[in-house]
Amino acid sequence: MAALLNVPETAAPGEIVEIKVLIQHPMETGFRTAQGGGLVPRNIIHTVSCHYMGEEVFSAELFPAVAANPYLAFTLVAEESGEVEVRWTDEAGEEFSQSAPITVG
Amino acid sequence: MRAALALLLLAPPAAAQDDRRTGYDDMTPELQAMQDDPVGNPGLFWVLDGEAMYSAAPDTGAESCAGCHGDGETAMSGVAARYPAWDEALDRPVDLAGRIDLCRVRHQGLPPLERESDALLSLTAYVTNQSRGLPIAPDPDPRLDGWREQGEDLFTTRMGQLNLSCAQCHDDLAGGHLAAALIPQGHPTGYPLYRLEWETMGSLDRRFGNCMFGVRAEPFGAGSAEYVALELYLKARAAGLAIEAPAIRP
Repeated sequence: MAALLNVPETAAPGEIVEIKVLIQHPMETGFRTAQGGGLVPRNIIHTVSCHYMGEEVFSAELFPAVAANPYLAFTLVAEESGEVEVRWTDEAGEEFSQSAPITVG
Repeated sequence: MRAALALLLLAPPAAAQDDRRTGYDDMTPELQAMQDDPVGNPGLFWVLDGEAMYSAAPDTGAESCAGCHGDGETAMSGVAARYPAWDEALDRPVDLAGRIDLCRVRHQGLPPLERESDALLSLTAYVTNQSRGLPIAPDPDPRLDGWREQGEDLFTTRMGQLNLSCAQCHDDLAGGHLAAALIPQGHPTGYPLYRLEWETMGSLDRRFGNCMFGVRAEPFGAGSAEYVALELYLKARAAGLAIEAPAIRP
């Protein structure tokens, strides 16, 4: 379960920076018919959140209408150097994460 | 007079202006940006998976791809630009995915992969990505010429219940619309590519299958000799255009 996380390498203190994340996931809706009948079981990402400086700065709930390999872009205010971590939970409740450093100064 | 006419016929077309357009040229700026974004192009997941597979040794004890070919970025540069190429053992041309699969079976002792499997698409995407930006340069092997002609025949043959040939849309009506969809000229510069409609990666053979299904013909089947012949013709038709895999298409 990989993700491509785009965090600016450097930022000025107080600068608003854009975080972009693309998560590899089939986002199976649960409404599609499988070969041979029956439905393909639902398999989606339920929540995505972003953590920076020890607190949650962004969170989102995803639903079956979101396309495969979801792409999210959001902003945060860069205050300290550190890790920007994006976490997501899948259908089974398993949590995944990916992080990238940002240098403020 | 006669000599002048002969000269006229032999002369190259005046100011050979290239009016070929790829699907990229006709996409919205947003989709172009998505394709060009090094962390926003979902096709890169397949490239990254392919990179891992390329350097991982198989369970059979054989060498990894990198073990024989060396570093993929140098060894595989330009390979996708010249495929399909001749295979001596099969005595027919094979496309890049076919070559990768044959290499796995012959030299790594692995079972063949399914044509539209993520594994084969990943390896093909990784190898093709090493030719990104390079011009399509068809293999000059004379044994391929007959196959190219066969491909051109297929391209111009009416087929299916709608009785349409590829050329009727992609040569004669390119730039027009089929319902809301723009009809492209059909240059295979971006395959394997990520189609938003498919929500996944797909090969050129999948695209051929889509088109044939659309004219209500029976698709030849992924990896078939007919598709290789068609690809040979299309690559010659698109010679000089830059490889852009993994491309994004609506």
